[in-house]
Amino acid sequence: MKTDVLVIGAGAVGTAIARELTKYKLDVTCVDMREDVGGDCSKSNSAIIHTGYDAKPGTLESELVVSANPAYDKLTKDLDIPFERIGAILPAITDEQFEKLPEIKAKAVKNKVYDVEFLSKERILEMEPNINPEVKGGLFIPRESIIDPFLFVVAMAENAVANGAKFLLSTKVTGIRKEGDRVVGAETTNGYIEADYIINAGGLFCDEVASFVGKDEYKVIPRKGQFYILDKNTECKVNHIVLPIPTATTKGKLMTPTIHGNMLVGPTAEDLDDKFDKSTNKLGLDSIRDDVTKLIPNVKLQDTITQYAGLRANRNPEGLNIDTYEDVKHYVNLSGVRSTGLTNSISCGTYVANLLRDMGLEMVWKDNFIEKRKGITRIKDLPKEEQHKKILENPLYGNIVCRCETVTEGEIVDAIHSPIPATTVDAIKRRLRAGMGRCQGGFCGPKVIEIIARELGIEPKDVRKNNSESYMVCGKVK
Amino acid sequence: MYKMNCDVCVVGGGPAGLSAAVAAKKQGAKDVLIVERDETLGGILQQCIHPGFGLKLFSEELTGPEYFGRFVAKAKELGVKTLLNSMVLEVGENTVTCINGEYGACEITAKAIILAMGCRERTRANIVIPGTRPAGVYTAGTAQRLMNRQNEMVGKKVVILGSGDIGMIMARRMTLEGAKVMAVVELMDFLAGLTRNRVQCLDDFGIPLMLSHTIVDIKGNDRVSSVVIAAVDEKKQPIPGTEQEIECDTLLLSVGLIPENEISTNAGVELSPITKGPKVNQFMQTNIPSVFACGNVVHVNDLVDNVSTESATAGKSAAMYAAGELTADGAIEVKTGENVRYVCPQTVVPTEGKVELYFRVMKPQKKVELSVCDGDTVLVKRKAIKVNPGEMEKLVIDAKDVKSLTVSVKEA
Repeated sequence: MKTDVLVIGAGAVGTAIARELTKYKLDVTCVDMREDVGGDCSKSNSAIIHTGYDAKPGTLESELVVSANPAYDKLTKDLDIPFERIGAILPAITDEQFEKLPEIKAKAVKNKVYDVEFLSKERILEMEPNINPEVKGGLFIPRESIIDPFLFVVAMAENAVANGAKFLLSTKVTGIRKEGDRVVGAETTNGYIEADYIINAGGLFCDEVASFVGKDEYKVIPRKGQFYILDKNTECKVNHIVLPIPTATTKGKLMTPTIHGNMLVGPTAEDLDDKFDKSTNKLGLDSIRDDVTKLIPNVKLQDTITQYAGLRANRNPEGLNIDTYEDVKHYVNLSGVRSTGLTNSISCGTYVANLLRDMGLEMVWKDNFIEKRKGITRIKDLPKEEQHKKILENPLYGNIVCRCETVTEGEIVDAIHSPIPATTVDAIKRRLRAGMGRCQGGFCGPKVIEIIARELGIEPKDVRKNNSESYMVCGKVK
Repeated sequence: MYKMNCDVCVVGGGPAGLSAAVAAKKQGAKDVLIVERDETLGGILQQCIHPGFGLKLFSEELTGPEYFGRFVAKAKELGVKTLLNSMVLEVGENTVTCINGEYGACEITAKAIILAMGCRERTRANIVIPGTRPAGVYTAGTAQRLMNRQNEMVGKKVVILGSGDIGMIMARRMTLEGAKVMAVVELMDFLAGLTRNRVQCLDDFGIPLMLSHTIVDIKGNDRVSSVVIAAVDEKKQPIPGTEQEIECDTLLLSVGLIPENEISTNAGVELSPITKGPKVNQFMQTNIPSVFACGNVVHVNDLVDNVSTESATAGKSAAMYAAGELTADGAIEVKTGENVRYVCPQTVVPTEGKVELYFRVMKPQKKVELSVCDGDTVLVKRKAIKVNPGEMEKLVIDAKDVKSLTVSVKEA
């Protein structure tokens, strides 16, 4: 196989780069070792599009995040995914925190985020009645926004596919070939891919990919974040992203609505050695309870519908880096993409495209780049008359499989046959939320297995939760 | 939009809905319609292929399908109508909105509505088990569906958390299918389900029951590879140092059921914070006079026979309401006395006739007297050798002229 640009990693950053490059007359291929796009960090995080108000001023990260934020209104419309600019509130609960507010606002200005406002105690309690009544005042960051991070990645990937990119999943890069001082291709578990340029957007594993070209100036230190997701029906909710005042050591734990109306509470921040350790633990979950109740005393963690952990691909030494090397030409290395990575993925795309031009790649704009992507039509969001019409056209839209999130068989079939096919139980769940509701797949799980098996023409025992070893059932009963 | 009319519309075609529909028809309701999301009637009983149903009602031991089969036959005979493959999205005072593959979006207008949606299982998240999120963690009922309706074996080496009835029944079922059930682990110091199930499903197969234990970690990145269990103290907190790891590929959870009331709540039906089901009077009528409720959507039962009896009351009352023959004013609250967690119905309208009060105790107790009092007057009492939270109790009163009602369980 041969391609102009090979992007390693189909998380938010890799996918955004691949999509950006399809705006040019280039052959673009994106590979990922996982069975689906969305990577590790990109699908389990706090689902926020940041403004960059608290970035380290003058850094590449600050530049990329701050410039990315305004693009999301149009982009999410073009990609047909939900997005809301609900804004963030930083309440100062103690006098000590209150005294820090001017400093935080000054930092925002240094980051060229000029719209941070001071909020009085009265105003905060008016905006968020559930915030600790001890609150002294706080800040409002209007453009902090919420998104479905996985839908964002899958939408970019589908749009990239529509514009000619290829996505090779379950394809692990095992080596990179060099000729002289430049890269020429990558060895993968699916064969050799000859590539004129290679972009390493390997996230958690970007240090291993870098080692294939002989670079070892940093190490990825996975930083675990544990979260709770609360039922949509929980009594104590917030309307904005409620962030604690950061301390010297941590940004702290937040509470925010998700774009789907659940409450998200977390995360922890624990540095690990193991890049596969996405387990939650009592210590972490208890610390979320302790910290968040300081902000929102009445939060009802007993209304949790799931807990999960995600890993941020932090690096040591720290910081977002996009590197090119004199001795490894035709190669771009991204590392240190962390919690702001979802937001700055799109600016990474333009930044990398620019680097490639500087490196000598001929970049000719396409006249026929397709900007818009249409997602799967969600039956539950349609007006009744349109639901009725849709069902009469295809009875599968009248068969509700997931009752908690109202997902029909028709939508599941659509996802299985979408441009980035959803072939596993989790892939369906992430696209449509079947199994993400309060019963956690208790009712729909068995039916989803049946539908996947039928549509893919495989046996139920060959249906997976996500990766190749995660079988759901192990054969027929006697 | 497809429109229909009926006297009584029953949401759910499981044992509760079937019994209610049959009773409504017997009471003389003209058009009785069951709206069911599944492709067949019977609800969860379809996957309950083990015997043990009907001992109370039919004095016979039937399997789940045999049990509901009798009601389906009766419903057919009486001319109950059914709308299958139809998910109800919304209930109003006199409307039921659903979608169906054949008819599209449907709106049913009914003089009376009976909620009979049943319940769902509590999940891993509800009880916060830390660990990884691999394949192979199932609620017991989901595993039962996979095995008994879809013929899929869920795993080979199993640990079960929770000694609820479904969990114990699945312990036996999986053993019979060749799986090795390593242990049934129970947080409380007593059994959650029926004693007869412990004897028939665990003891007879040599499956260890570990009381006062819980699961503190789940391991495995792809499929479950092991679970870590630990003993708990009186406050139900794991005791450090008692952890032991059990290798397994499957974890089944039988940690309780929750009435499924999202539709009821949206309709404005008032729920009991304890049962998590609608508050009802002895007619199984909710705070919305035209809306009735019965079965596990009201409170989780341990015997389907009780569900059928209670649901027949709902069906009969709904038919009377539809005909303008039911008045229910001046209801009084039934109070919970010593060692009583809840009573269903929660209110009683003082009126002629017998009223069955179903209730559960808070904690196991031996040599007790169960009673219902109106002030200082004992209306009814009965002695029992022991009571258990897992086994529902019943007392029958004459509701005529009652002024207050308190149900208590005291040392005899």
